[in-house]
Amino acid sequence: MKEPHLNDLMRVPVNGPGSSFSDLLRSHVPEALPRVNDSGNLHVPEGTTVLAIRYDEGVIVAGDRRATEGFQIAHRSIEKVFAADDHSAVAIAGAAGPAVEMVRLFQTELEHYEKVEGERLTLEGKANKLSQMIRANLPAAMQGLVVVPVFAGYDLAQGRGRIFKYDVTGGRYEEDDYHATGSGGKDARGSLKKRYRDNLSRAEVVRYAIEALFDAADEDVGTGGPDLMRGLFPNVVAISVSGTFEIPEDEIRSIFEELIADRSERPETHNVDVRRPGEGG
Amino acid sequence: MPMPYYVSPEQLMKDKADYARKGIARGKSVVVMEFTDGILFLAENTSATLHKISEIYDRIAFAGVGKFNEYEQLRIGGIRLSDLKGYSYSRHDVTAKALANAYSQTLGNIFTSEIKPYECEILVAAVGEETGQNEIFHILYDGSVTDREQWVAMGGHAETIEAHLKENYPPNYPAEMPDFSAALDLAMAALRAAGERELTAENVESAVLDRTRGRRKFRRVTDEELHAQF
Repeated sequence: MKEPHLNDLMRVPVNGPGSSFSDLLRSHVPEALPRVNDSGNLHVPEGTTVLAIRYDEGVIVAGDRRATEGFQIAHRSIEKVFAADDHSAVAIAGAAGPAVEMVRLFQTELEHYEKVEGERLTLEGKANKLSQMIRANLPAAMQGLVVVPVFAGYDLAQGRGRIFKYDVTGGRYEEDDYHATGSGGKDARGSLKKRYRDNLSRAEVVRYAIEALFDAADEDVGTGGPDLMRGLFPNVVAISVSGTFEIPEDEIRSIFEELIADRSERPETHNVDVRRPGEGG
Repeated sequence: MPMPYYVSPEQLMKDKADYARKGIARGKSVVVMEFTDGILFLAENTSATLHKISEIYDRIAFAGVGKFNEYEQLRIGGIRLSDLKGYSYSRHDVTAKALANAYSQTLGNIFTSEIKPYECEILVAAVGEETGQNEIFHILYDGSVTDREQWVAMGGHAETIEAHLKENYPPNYPAEMPDFSAALDLAMAALRAAGERELTAENVESAVLDRTRGRRKFRRVTDEELHAQF
């Protein structure tokens, strides 16, 4: 990397980077921008299920910890939920490498804007910025490196949590209550659909998020369930007016233990005798 | 063809330095002071939005006095340089020393090669894990840098303010240091000692680099806090 000189960075030209970090990077260190040149499909680790749910004071974002590469487990303890700034978080599903890079660029972008302008972007502004970044990734997505994040945050102007989902072209759609995406997204959504109500408390949504990830792991090979042996549990971040807060691992562990005890009592999880299918239990 | 007048380099530099100094002397002042948890900034500033003090990177902050558009350019350049470096390498690779060096080179070049030197002085400060690891660099209009500790004053009445601080800052540095509230009082008293204007919570701006905070150590002291204090 050729290091840019302060002299070149100081001027604020009419067509210059202004307060956008991506534009700054493009004009001064283009090789640091995430991109893919070669054609043909690439096989890279993929992140699987992530979700977001609104509650009475804001929104939570959660994700399992598994990354897969084909039928292999690429990583058991990957983190897919990232605080983007004090009042928003982004969760990633899809090709892990470009997704993590996109999050890093997004975080820098938000902080850069805040420092240069002296004030923060609105939640809407952040959501649109992420949308542009996903659109910029479209050529890579055509080669199989799809990145589809969920973005959620607390809107300080409207005084409520909001959830945005995206498609591969950067299309941005706001969800009213909850959303889940990734390989187990459909199963997680099914699980959340049965449980979601208006004005849930934080404790309730954390429990529902963990149940939804558990249900997704039950149905989808790509989604990791709780790993009690290694002590690996989903990441859950809550965002409210007071900022972002990572739910401690102990709390998640005890919710899982309750959940497992609870489900062991229920017939759907009883052991089935493989020699006499249908008669087990 | 008219002959250009000969001006000796000594005279040229002296004229430029006088010009820059005059410009800076007209401006309002900033005090920077080490306290128990980090570094405090206090500036006389009637504007609530045009800041003299701002965040550059995780542990690094910036203060400028003199001509607003000039130190604002330096500030934005510093943020861009730091963010590019932190993104390309690692957040730990962004240091106050490298930034102070870049500022010094740039201001030095402008001073010698441009017709008009910058009429501003800036300060780059980084809070360390402990008091002894704090870094404060004071950079003048001609690019000269000094490495400071305890306190620094810049701007219109820097000498009067420094004299006041020299007398009143606790003598056994770093064993004995003011806490946040004492530092704020001391900085305010120093600004008032030089003041032509009546200073209240309304017309000052303050911020801290506080090592007890998370990744981003910079925090603006709120109007409520200033009102409660003064």
